[in-house]
Amino acid sequence: MRRAEIITAVLMALLSIYLMIKSSELNIGIIEGEGPGGGFWPFWLSLGMLISCIWIAINWYRRTSPPSQSTEVYMDSYGMRMLLLVGGGVTAFIGLIHFIGFYGAIPVFLIYYIRFLGRHSWGTTLAISLPAPVVTFLFFDIAMRIVLPKGYLEPLFLPLYDFFF
Amino acid sequence: MEILGHLVDGMFIALEPLNIMLMLGGVALGLFIGAMPGLGSVNGVAILLPATFLVPPTSAMIFLAAIYYGAMYGGAISSITLGIPGASTAVATTFDGRPMALKGRADLALVTAAVASFVGGTVANLLFTAFAPPLAHVALDFGDPEIFALMLLAFATFIGLGGDDIPKTLFSICFGLVLATVGIDIMSGEPRLIFGDITGFMHGINFLVLAIGIYGIGEMIWTIDSTRGKLKMTEAVLSVSRILSAVKESMAGWKGTAIGSFLGFFVGILPAAGATPGSLMSYGVTKMVSKNPEEFGKGSIEGVAAPEAANNSASTGAMLPMLTLGIPGSPTTAILLGGMVIWGLQPGPRLFTDQTEFVWGLIGSFYISNFFALIVNLAFIPLFIWMLRMPFTVLAPMIFVLSIVGGYAATQDMHDVWLMLLFGIGAYLLRKLDYPVAPAVLAIVLGPIAEPKLRQSLLFSDGDPMIFLTRPISGPITVIAIILILLPLLKLIRDKFKSRKTSNV
Repeated sequence: MRRAEIITAVLMALLSIYLMIKSSELNIGIIEGEGPGGGFWPFWLSLGMLISCIWIAINWYRRTSPPSQSTEVYMDSYGMRMLLLVGGGVTAFIGLIHFIGFYGAIPVFLIYYIRFLGRHSWGTTLAISLPAPVVTFLFFDIAMRIVLPKGYLEPLFLPLYDFFF
Repeated sequence: MEILGHLVDGMFIALEPLNIMLMLGGVALGLFIGAMPGLGSVNGVAILLPATFLVPPTSAMIFLAAIYYGAMYGGAISSITLGIPGASTAVATTFDGRPMALKGRADLALVTAAVASFVGGTVANLLFTAFAPPLAHVALDFGDPEIFALMLLAFATFIGLGGDDIPKTLFSICFGLVLATVGIDIMSGEPRLIFGDITGFMHGINFLVLAIGIYGIGEMIWTIDSTRGKLKMTEAVLSVSRILSAVKESMAGWKGTAIGSFLGFFVGILPAAGATPGSLMSYGVTKMVSKNPEEFGKGSIEGVAAPEAANNSASTGAMLPMLTLGIPGSPTTAILLGGMVIWGLQPGPRLFTDQTEFVWGLIGSFYISNFFALIVNLAFIPLFIWMLRMPFTVLAPMIFVLSIVGGYAATQDMHDVWLMLLFGIGAYLLRKLDYPVAPAVLAIVLGPIAEPKLRQSLLFSDGDPMIFLTRPISGPITVIAIILILLPLLKLIRDKFKSRKTSNV
């Protein structure tokens, strides 16, 4: 935990510096007759982030914050496995949307999670994952007219649109 | 009397068939969301906000407020039957609710919680109706420096009263505010902070991308990681006659209910506090003044009533600054405020004069939703307990799907869905190191309002920051904000001084 604390603080400090440089592409001072420039507000806030990070690092050095005293591991094997399986699953889900659209990716993700991570029966799995895209389609595409991406499955939906509209 | 007239009009708006359906649906959904460990009102409101684009703003707001309400009732269900709080707002309910359930009186605990919630909600509604219009009237005179000073105060309360690690809170606030600046600068029209020239950043980062990332994806991963083991459920024996006798018995907790109702409301108004500290404080104060403090922690009726009255009361209290000043009193109201901006409503005191139908329809719905929540809660306790058996491995993937579909629907750009995933995983990793995430959500909602106010104020004063201190209303607010920011620092110095003194002796 202690190592994670300082690594995070350093990474966040680097992010703050990047944001400061990026903000200074615009005017960070006060322009006569126009008030503060476009970069003024983000620049000083990024500086605030940087100062916070330095403060966190000082607390780390003096061991005053709980994570800097903790001897627990930041990510144990359970946490790591879980993050890879769940976080990875969600990442793959979003990635799949680009190819087979929301309505293809939703059942694939639900089957992966409920059947393979949750170890539920095929009955439970299919009872949830098959109606899910239908309900989503009726709610978003039909009722709200928010057209969700369909990827390569687009042609399959044309008859449905003809039917509803 | 004018207020009473508005209130009656508002109730008629709330009683339109569509709104009744939305209130009942919202309350039931809220109860479920509140009862499910790992989901609280803020998660429900963040994930479901995109789904409300279907109905007009007033109805959407009524629906979301009903979820907020219902979740405050629902939190008690799992606190009592599972012994783990269904939402952070119900933490204090476990202290006495759980022991009571273990003694076989889960029914009494559940009924006490429901009755106290109802009373707390009602008291808060009355206070709200009495205070909101005059406060909004005063706030009508506020100029840019006053509004900016109020926002400063909101952030200062997180630093002074939030109780989290101070530099980490400060980091969270600044980071949220910087994220809010991405996109086209509205004052100069120049693009700002377009990372790697990716066009997806041009339209800015919608607050929902951050809110759903944190409260949908991040929260689910956090819950999966932190609960790990299995949960043990206590059965509640319920029948109409048992509920009725429990209602009578629950009256013994009237003192807790009264303290929770009033204390909760005023704590709820503070931006950093909200329902969680409100309920914890009410529990503590009730224990302090109780005639039987030794019963606390062993199943005291007062101990269940106080936090439950307080969390409902606080949730209404949090709405007060949101509607009158445009400063949210809790993370959930921050998301509601962001929703109002999406619907094209200008948050702030002008709502009371320009959008009377919206404001009073919503206030009217508070009363009716509160009543519905009581009825739905008491009638369907067995159903909610049954639903709590739903394994998390079925609930979690459904929440992920809802989050991602909702995140897409908000901006209709896959770029934002990826960003949401990044924020979700980032929030989980930072939360493990005690970084508070709520200030960032508040900041990204308030940022787009705060920055123009600051810039206009400084334009007005030729860059002199003293404008915030010298104006009659913004001056005191700024001073209080500065004191709050310095409070932890003063405490630090005092502690040092003390420890030096003791080491000298």
